Amino acid sequence: MHALIQAIILGVLTGGVYALMASGQTLIFGVMKVVNLAQGALVVLGAYLTYTLFTQLGIDPFLSVLITTPLMFLVGVAVQWAFLRPLHGDDIAQLSLLVTFAVALGIEGVLSFAYSTTLTNVQPSYANSSWEILGYQVSLVRFVAFLLSLVMLGLLYLILQRTKFGRSVRATVQNPMSAQLLGVNSQRVSAIGFGIGTATAAAAGSVFGMLNSFNPGSHYDLISRLLTIVVLGGLGSIGGSVVAALVMGVASSVVSALASPIWSDFTFFIVLLLVLLLRPRGLFGARLRGAL
Amino acid sequence: MIRGFSRIGLIRTGIFFAALIIIPLVGAPGFLLNTLIFTVMYAALASSWNLVGGYAGYPSLGHVAFFGIGAYAVGIVFAKDVYGGYLPFFVLPIIGIAVGLLAVPIGWVSMRTRADVFAIVTITLLFIAQTLAFNLKGLTGGAQGSSVAPPPFAVDTFDWPFYFAMVVLLAVAMAISLYFRRSKIGLSLATVRADEDKAHGVGVRVTAVKLTAFGVSAGLVAMVGGVWAYYVGFIYPQFAFDPLITIGMVLMAFLGGRGTLWGPVLGAFILVPAQEFFAQALGASQLYLVAYAAVFLVIILFLPRGILPSITERLRRRRDTLDVAAASAGPDTAPPAEPREVKVRR
Repeated sequence: MHALIQAIILGVLTGGVYALMASGQTLIFGVMKVVNLAQGALVVLGAYLTYTLFTQLGIDPFLSVLITTPLMFLVGVAVQWAFLRPLHGDDIAQLSLLVTFAVALGIEGVLSFAYSTTLTNVQPSYANSSWEILGYQVSLVRFVAFLLSLVMLGLLYLILQRTKFGRSVRATVQNPMSAQLLGVNSQRVSAIGFGIGTATAAAAGSVFGMLNSFNPGSHYDLISRLLTIVVLGGLGSIGGSVVAALVMGVASSVVSALASPIWSDFTFFIVLLLVLLLRPRGLFGARLRGAL
Repeated sequence: MIRGFSRIGLIRTGIFFAALIIIPLVGAPGFLLNTLIFTVMYAALASSWNLVGGYAGYPSLGHVAFFGIGAYAVGIVFAKDVYGGYLPFFVLPIIGIAVGLLAVPIGWVSMRTRADVFAIVTITLLFIAQTLAFNLKGLTGGAQGSSVAPPPFAVDTFDWPFYFAMVVLLAVAMAISLYFRRSKIGLSLATVRADEDKAHGVGVRVTAVKLTAFGVSAGLVAMVGGVWAYYVGFIYPQFAFDPLITIGMVLMAFLGGRGTLWGPVLGAFILVPAQEFFAQALGASQLYLVAYAAVFLVIILFLPRGILPSITERLRRRRDTLDVAAASAGPDTAPPAEPREVKVRR
């Protein structure tokens, strides 16, 4: 019982970070109908940026979010502008999928050239400290990471609900055509939407670098988990992706604690399979489509 | 063009395969034959991928899963002894059929979704297969890999059996591709690609044709994987289930032209030699990944339909303009019509 509760705590904390990555990805899908296969690579890029800021300039990994997030926002806007905006034709969904995969490969290549392919880790002085609450271990880094993710998700929520830009995003998600007729500049919304999605990847990446060892090839692992989460949550639904991320975080952590860590990755795939069999549109797929 | 074989097509195919067969016989150097094996291998892979990704419009990003399964099938069965050396080649059809049948339920689950989610599902399929290969240590040897017993072929002509096996598989893949184009299956797949709901509505057996294409495609890829495993001798999960192999297939089919007979082959014959060249010229494997990504982006941005469709389109336009010019070459010559207008009129 103790092990189970401990695993659930760990799962919720990890799930929060995945929720951040997945919300960005599902936002990008909602706005542009593009499945961003580069999201994992962007997270890894964010992790490496944090790593460099930490080892070279001694900036605290949590504070470095203030630098990496705006930087990666610009990267995202640039990627959208250079590679996704020029696409047109009937099979734009397929083409954009492949373009984002190519971007992922490119990022992996550049990173392995710059940092080599050995596993690294961001290790601040407090990396191993943890609190004991009612007999359960809560790692400091994981807890702060969870809080950070909550803050970022809250910010995202505020942007989408309270700003003019957020309203045009939601309008675009609901019906791109009508949104354009009402004067929403869809190119701009797409670019900024992609940028925000990338910025969430950056924020999650800073944390990811502290919680896991990573190398440039880590994005394959990440993207398969993220895709499972967004499909489970229902593509395009941010709320759904948050719920799905928590579910998956807990599920894989419980499997890892009670069965074997080897099979914890497998939980993701089993869940994906079940979702596709029982409810292909995901938990919150169609019903909440426009609600975000 | 739809029915029957055109003479030019037959001659072209004949010359192509005759050249492939003659090259080793006239004593091509080892490195050339080695490059050629991988070129033909990718041509066969891309042609098989094209059955699903091109004709049906379902972009599978997980086909390497079947490649790896085929590789491990050969690796596991022939780990100790290859029984004279040629038996693995004769077992391939059995592996192909078995994997093809295995692929049907997988396709049934994953093809419940449409293009973008399908790509996601197939990508996870690749990771499922890779995770299994890493974790089922008793069967696959895990990260230590497994090996195929070395074949007792003469040193001089060691590569020949593998090469000819690949050529045969390419021929089979192209024959099936041609058959798809000329039969009701191809037409049904074309309707699926254009508008699946409408196709379903007018009575096309959507699920049946999709699954046929998926199964056949997976079986072919598995056979190619089997030959590959036998050729390289050592199988590791990260190489047998390498995402780059999947991307290779997709990229080559895209470059040459999806949904065409020769496009995937053309793509392979351009990209694989280019890859070998880059790998030798640039040395560092990381740069090679960047170059790969760059080529990929350039193709999609500038040649989204592929080389062959772009060329045929251009040729047709030119012929149309010539026709119009000839028709309107009356006494008071009207300005030649724009190609665009011609296209609308047809």
